[in-house]
Amino acid sequence: MTRHRALIGILVIALAGLAVASHAADQQNNTKGVPFPAIAMGQGETCVEDTDFMRRNHMDLLDHQRDETVINGVRTEQHSLKECINCHVVNGPDSVPVTVSSPQHFCRSCHDYAAVSVDCFQCHASRPGVEN
Amino acid sequence: MSIKTEKSTPTPGFDPVRRKFLSAVAAAAGVALAPGVMLYGITKSNSAAARVSGSAVSSNVRWGMLIDLNRCDSGCDDCVTACSKENGLQGHGRPATDAQWIRKVDVTNPQTGASQSLPMMCQHCADPPCVDVCPTGASFKRADGIVLVNKHTCIGCRYCMMACPYKARSFIHESLEDQKPHAPRGKGTVESCTLCVHRVDAGGQPACVEACSDTGGGAMLFGDLKDPDSEISQRVAKYATQQIRADLGLDPGVRYRNL
Ligand code: SF4
Ligand code: SF4
Repeated sequence: MTRHRALIGILVIALAGLAVASHAADQQNNTKGVPFPAIAMGQGETCVEDTDFMRRNHMDLLDHQRDETVINGVRTEQHSLKECINCHVVNGPDSVPVTVSSPQHFCRSCHDYAAVSVDCFQCHASRPGVEN
Repeated sequence: MSIKTEKSTPTPGFDPVRRKFLSAVAAAAGVALAPGVMLYGITKSNSAAARVSGSAVSSNVRWGMLIDLNRCDSGCDDCVTACSKENGLQGHGRPATDAQWIRKVDVTNPQTGASQSLPMMCQHCADPPCVDVCPTGASFKRADGIVLVNKHTCIGCRYCMMACPYKARSFIHESLEDQKPHAPRGKGTVESCTLCVHRVDAGGQPACVEACSDTGGGAMLFGDLKDPDSEISQRVAKYATQQIRADLGLDPGVRYRNL
């Protein structure tokens, strides 16, 4: 009985491992199943908040921060669009950061996938600037 | 271009309660200067203009500028060039509509023929008509006196452009790309001189002022008009200075000397 249990346990773990591996492969190749957007990783170790939280709430954070910045002159980096852009920079084939006109752009890759239009870049720079 | 010098009597009909209060205080303090100057000379303020990072701007500060026209040369436009570079303003070959945050104006006295050249930009009025007319609240004055357009709420109606007596604002007609990260700007919104608010918030001074002192005539001085120890406050207290169209009673934060 105990031996059976152990066997089943090992099987389950192996299957789970397989599933995870094939899921990751899907995410990369988009070959089968539900397609996933190809999202570039940020430059830093971690994001300013948990990834799950950011996926759902980044717009609220940005919204709050923009009012703080424009009206109260608070220019902290924590939730600033400028810092998102600096960290989530994606280099094109010419190793120059791409703008939002490229489908590889961090914001655009996901927004295209979710079919949510993003207006920020009508005014804001969509890639890090040459600072002065 | 008609430019009048400041009247020596207070303007009637503009926020009379405040004016009255101020004149009373000034009288008590025994200060005998022009009305605008009294305001700055007597205001108590916190001399630490630099803010702690993350704290909001405060009304203990009023940013202003003093421009000495004896040092401003008619042929020089270093301030204009510096502004365009700093804020990423590029022309589209359409001078009638291209954005212009600062320009050089040459004025001539028709009686004497004497001419002068002066830089003209948003005057960062204390009582800005551009704010009064804005239907959305996008045109607003920050606590520290800097007048800005919040482009998140600007609908591009251009009322503020009509209301501004200094022709300080521009409307963006073209789609823009690769703006400066610190100076977001885009089609369908109105904009004007921000006093380089991103530099000011970082403890710096506007790009035009820097350029003027580096390569121009050193005519421009930027500082806190509410801090009695600031260089600008001391100079406006010592010398006769003028606000352009002071008769309108808008109390601009930009002052001119030797106009
Ligand atoms: S100069 Fe014009 S744009 Fe600037 S604060 Fe005054 S009214 Fe507004
Ligand atoms: S153009 Fe924008 S800032 Fe100017 S009055 Fe209209 S909404 Fe306000």
